[in-house]
Amino acid sequence: MTVHKPASASTMCHHGALRHSIAAVAARTQEDTMRRQSRRHFLGSSAAVGGVGLLAACAPGSDSGASDGGGSGPAASDVETDPAAMGEITLKVWDQEVRGAQNDAIESLVDAFEKAYPNITVDRVKQSFDDLQQQSGLALSGNDVPDVLQVNNARGDMGEFVKAGQLTDLTGYAEAYGWEDRFPTSVLSKARYSADGVTFGEGPLWGLPQTGEVCGIYYSAKKLKALGAKPPTTWDEVYALVEAAQEAGELPIKLGNLEQWPALHLFGPLQADFVTAETIVPLAMGNAGADWTSEENLAALTRLADWASSGALGDSPNGLAYDTAWAEYTEGSGVLLIGGSWLGPDMGAVMGEDLRFMAPPAGVDGTIATTGGTGLPFAIPAKAANADAAAAYIDHLTSDTAMELIAEAGGMPVLRTAELAPASGVNKDIYEAFDAVSNDGELLPYLDYATPTFADTAGAALQQVIGGESEPAAAAEELQTDYGDFTAEG
Amino acid sequence: MSKSPPSAVVRSRLTPYLFILPAFLVYAAFSLYPLIRAAQFSLYDWAGFGPSTFVGLANYADLAGDEAFRAALGNALVLIAFYALLPLVIGLVLAAIFRRGQVRGMGFFRSVIFLPQVIALVVVAVAWRNIYAPNGPLNELLRAVGLDGLARGWLGDPGAALPAVGFIGTWLEMGLVMLLLLAGMSRIPDDLFEAARLDGAGPVREFFAITLPSVRGEIVVALVLTIIAALKTFDLIYMTTSGGPGNATTVPSYEVYDRAFQLREVGSASAVAIVLTVLVFAINVLVTRIGERSR
Repeated sequence: MTVHKPASASTMCHHGALRHSIAAVAARTQEDTMRRQSRRHFLGSSAAVGGVGLLAACAPGSDSGASDGGGSGPAASDVETDPAAMGEITLKVWDQEVRGAQNDAIESLVDAFEKAYPNITVDRVKQSFDDLQQQSGLALSGNDVPDVLQVNNARGDMGEFVKAGQLTDLTGYAEAYGWEDRFPTSVLSKARYSADGVTFGEGPLWGLPQTGEVCGIYYSAKKLKALGAKPPTTWDEVYALVEAAQEAGELPIKLGNLEQWPALHLFGPLQADFVTAETIVPLAMGNAGADWTSEENLAALTRLADWASSGALGDSPNGLAYDTAWAEYTEGSGVLLIGGSWLGPDMGAVMGEDLRFMAPPAGVDGTIATTGGTGLPFAIPAKAANADAAAAYIDHLTSDTAMELIAEAGGMPVLRTAELAPASGVNKDIYEAFDAVSNDGELLPYLDYATPTFADTAGAALQQVIGGESEPAAAAEELQTDYGDFTAEG
Repeated sequence: MSKSPPSAVVRSRLTPYLFILPAFLVYAAFSLYPLIRAAQFSLYDWAGFGPSTFVGLANYADLAGDEAFRAALGNALVLIAFYALLPLVIGLVLAAIFRRGQVRGMGFFRSVIFLPQVIALVVVAVAWRNIYAPNGPLNELLRAVGLDGLARGWLGDPGAALPAVGFIGTWLEMGLVMLLLLAGMSRIPDDLFEAARLDGAGPVREFFAITLPSVRGEIVVALVLTIIAALKTFDLIYMTTSGGPGNATTVPSYEVYDRAFQLREVGSASAVAIVLTVLVFAINVLVTRIGERSR
């Protein structure tokens, strides 16, 4: 492997050079030379089609991000916290809150912000999660970056951006605005990476979330009553309930796993009955020190395999689409559905009071621990033109009033969920469950945060365990290989 | 009318190239340049942003031992059978029937068979995903006729998923193949068939002696088009199975997408893309060669 130093190529390559030269006065004259150079470069390369040697001279990507990573941020004393004093600003915001309730909440928050600070105009661009995720990498490496950007917590996204020095360290802002008092530690840890991107869960803060999510157990009150069962208070009661449902000829657990990732939302909560939260957190954050092939993890995978082979998950969960599964659940197929809180409002609209939600029972270490976390954190790109105003906007999005607005709109705010819980309906259960887990229990990170490739690896491994195509031990080996390789790289 | 000799500009040997130039520039900007850049990216270890590392041919070397990539190539070859060979056989039979028979409402049948070509692939994928669902129409039909044992979650069963996706391709492509062949067959003069019939040839003999040899050119075109479709199929896989279960239905173009945008391994993704391009090119050169030689 030859390591190529891209810096030497910056005068040759207009791509690298364009990104490289935002600095100051010389920009214009430099641009002229570059334009000339780029024309020559184009002619040259089209003349030598396939001249790989020549091409290799121009490294792709920018060389401005230091490879040792860590975008810096201002100290608390340097932060301007009064938006009114910032002058005329157009704040560019990119988010992915396109769904009804969330979009309504953000729109009214933007209105309120603009009304309070007439000198600031918010220019908001919203797009789907997938679209935003795929554009973020490109957008951040350009010069015309948004001021506020929603960034997925996973190592493949936020972790990579931190490593490339493309985000602003929010520590100073957190101090100036008191974010650490406002947010529980377990929530903030989901947006913390060490400056080199190696450690996840500790270190500087790179984003602030607005909404909460938690995976738990949905159940049909009517079906439980018909089975003569009560909502389970221990995992053993869950297993007993699954068996009772099966004997009664009901489908115990509804799962649609065609897309590979839905099983992660079932396995995550289940894993806590076998593995301590202390062990799951490093596994899910891709930090060294844990082992997928441990007896406990094997036991968890075996339980999943047993459920699948006994038919507790249905005839063909791997052939059933996620959206079809929850739609069928609302029509009476299945006693339990283990999945994310975001399904609540849509399923509740069909099932009404029959649909209930609960956090899983306490796990092996005695605390309620389940997969969950936050909506995508709002981050500030390192090159943002209006970082102070961006921080003020993020503060506004996560304020007490904002939480109320989100709750009113039907979403789930990340803070004050217990007080803001609606009087009835499945959202009441969900709010209470999230509050219990995030304050008294442990919000376990999504397992696919672990490594850039873990969503693929874990999705395929769990799908094969459920399909009976691989033994739990083999699946554990596969997971360990991915996790082990990554943590060994450091 | 007196003819003046052509001007110097017209006589210049460079003039033809001048005419080609605008088209070439567009072609170069949108096809050649990206292709060359992709070839270049394939030599780097790069996340798509930030700094990159030159690794030479390491990305290609990695592909050789990459299980997912090998699975993808194998699946692509299986899909050629479903996308190209099967539609060719079905298309030939259908076209021959339509060519010969005086079926009532023939236009209607022809349109129905061609219809899949008109529908956006995403719509096709969503429809078939529902058809294949565990409680979908296909399984209900099987259960209704007492074939409960065959009912399964088609897209989730590792043995059934690839053929299930492949069959969608067959259904898609057979209309195109049929139409191409029908056009070819309609050019065959009727007296040829009459002569054959006078000589006592039945429909089967007629098909092999006259119809098949006359549409060789169309068969080559159909094969080239459908094989390309098979090798670069992406939307169907993306919408139906995302390459699952496990690696059972992954294909090279899905691997390109997965590596570039999900795993952020742009170098590796470009290497797959280049290999795929070479493969598509090679197979089609081969098909065209064989087709031309036997003509």
